Amino acid sequence: MSSRPIIEARNLDKFFGKFHALKDVSISVRQGERVVVCGPSGSGKSTLIRCFNALESHSSGTLVVDGIEVFEGSKDVRRLRQEVGMVFQQFNLFPHLTVLENLMIGPMKVRKVSRDQAEETARKYLDRVHIPEQAEKFPAQLSGGQQQRVAIARSLCMETRIMLFDEPTSALDPEMINEVLDVMVELAETGMTMVVVTHEMGFARKVADTMVFMEEGRIVEVAPPEQFFTAPSSDRCRMFLAQILEH
Amino acid sequence: MAASETAGLRGPPIPKPPVHQQVLNSVPVAVAIYAVVIGLIVYGSFVGARNMGYNWQWYRVPQYLYSFTDDGFQWGEISVGLVATIRLSILSFALATALGLVVALLRLSGLVVGPAVAVAYLELIRNIPLLVLLYLFYYVLGPIFGLDRYVASILTLAVFHSALISEIFRAGINAVAVGQWEAAKSIGMSTGQAYRYIILPQSVRFMLPPMTGEMVHLIKSSAIVSVIAVAELTTIGRNIISDTYMSFEIWFTVAAVYMIVTLILSVGVSFLERKYTVDQ
Repeated sequence: MSSRPIIEARNLDKFFGKFHALKDVSISVRQGERVVVCGPSGSGKSTLIRCFNALESHSSGTLVVDGIEVFEGSKDVRRLRQEVGMVFQQFNLFPHLTVLENLMIGPMKVRKVSRDQAEETARKYLDRVHIPEQAEKFPAQLSGGQQQRVAIARSLCMETRIMLFDEPTSALDPEMINEVLDVMVELAETGMTMVVVTHEMGFARKVADTMVFMEEGRIVEVAPPEQFFTAPSSDRCRMFLAQILEH
Repeated sequence: MAASETAGLRGPPIPKPPVHQQVLNSVPVAVAIYAVVIGLIVYGSFVGARNMGYNWQWYRVPQYLYSFTDDGFQWGEISVGLVATIRLSILSFALATALGLVVALLRLSGLVVGPAVAVAYLELIRNIPLLVLLYLFYYVLGPIFGLDRYVASILTLAVFHSALISEIFRAGINAVAVGQWEAAKSIGMSTGQAYRYIILPQSVRFMLPPMTGEMVHLIKSSAIVSVIAVAELTTIGRNIISDTYMSFEIWFTVAAVYMIVTLILSVGVSFLERKYTVDQ
């Protein structure tokens, strides 16, 4: 694991109208690091990682991702997004395209690779997420867990260097959560830089290098998982953990 | 007490409608009433026509649709007029669609003046009667820009219908979930690519039904260009009448021809709709 930061955010603030969604957030992610962000809903976790690939633009502060300075109106936003993959809570697969076409359209239209090469890449990553047999189906014919795995493969097909996950298992039925988490664990083992917003603490314990706890737009706690789960320094974090680990 | 309330779920029976309503709503009675009303209207028309001494000459109508001469089969004038109407409608509709898309994209764009320009265009077009718009294009813009009557007709119909079509596009585009935009952007697509490969293909199924309605509407409103004597179905119908005085037969025929064309169109599109249905 190199120590070069691949995401460097300094003093980010974000307003939605009058709502102060991010308050003076600074965080740095090293290449190959796996960061799990948790916190109560409305705490700004999603907003933070959506800033990382410019789906939201921060109101002030500096953000450098993979050497690209991110700001509203930057010409480099598309180049940035090709390096930063995003997996959404609601999968957001393209319903009018088959699974294979979902995976191929980015490389073909954005990276301008040939159809044959795009298909080869697509089949490779479909194998990686363990659903090669679903290539010709449409998203609506798949289960939620399968759809989310296709969504992960779709991002990987862009040969991204960073993967962002925005509550990837929150919209899934319980029995499908593990198949998605397994794929994410395997991805972590390949050395991918990952920033994951999730409440799956089992997953966090298994793969996280760093735990981040957010509340009301602030980063309250940053700690390695052993320390985070056993001896969190803030009371609020301890209460939150007690609540979600109770079950 | 609580148990006895939930034990039997039988509430009071839903009251039946009064007997006279039950009878009136039964299928045979409803059909009979409908048939009687239509019959009276048709009968009244014929009696009226006979009383005014109208000389029905239906046998002379088919020659205006088609005829067999020594040279073989030939299309009649009404058929030729129909082809002209279809051609006029297709050209106008194509132009209206292009204009409508531009206006819709302007309105949805983040440009500073885009939405304002689009709204001004829409309000301008929507609040001018079609006939006046036609006169503007033919009598005012025509001489200025050297437009002939055919071009003026196409522009009038295209501009008039582009207003509604742009609203159809806008609604169709907005009906696609915002997550689709985010997914397209997150794999690095530009706004144009997202529209072309992701958003518009999904909008088609939202837009097909209202677009069909608009095409039908355009075919019907194309009849208005007969006031500047563009040779199409309605103009030709009028010309035949001034030659033959068969106004009842010819107007019935012309109306039927419009109806047949628009009905065929609607049925054809409902097949297309099934093709574009995607489950979300």
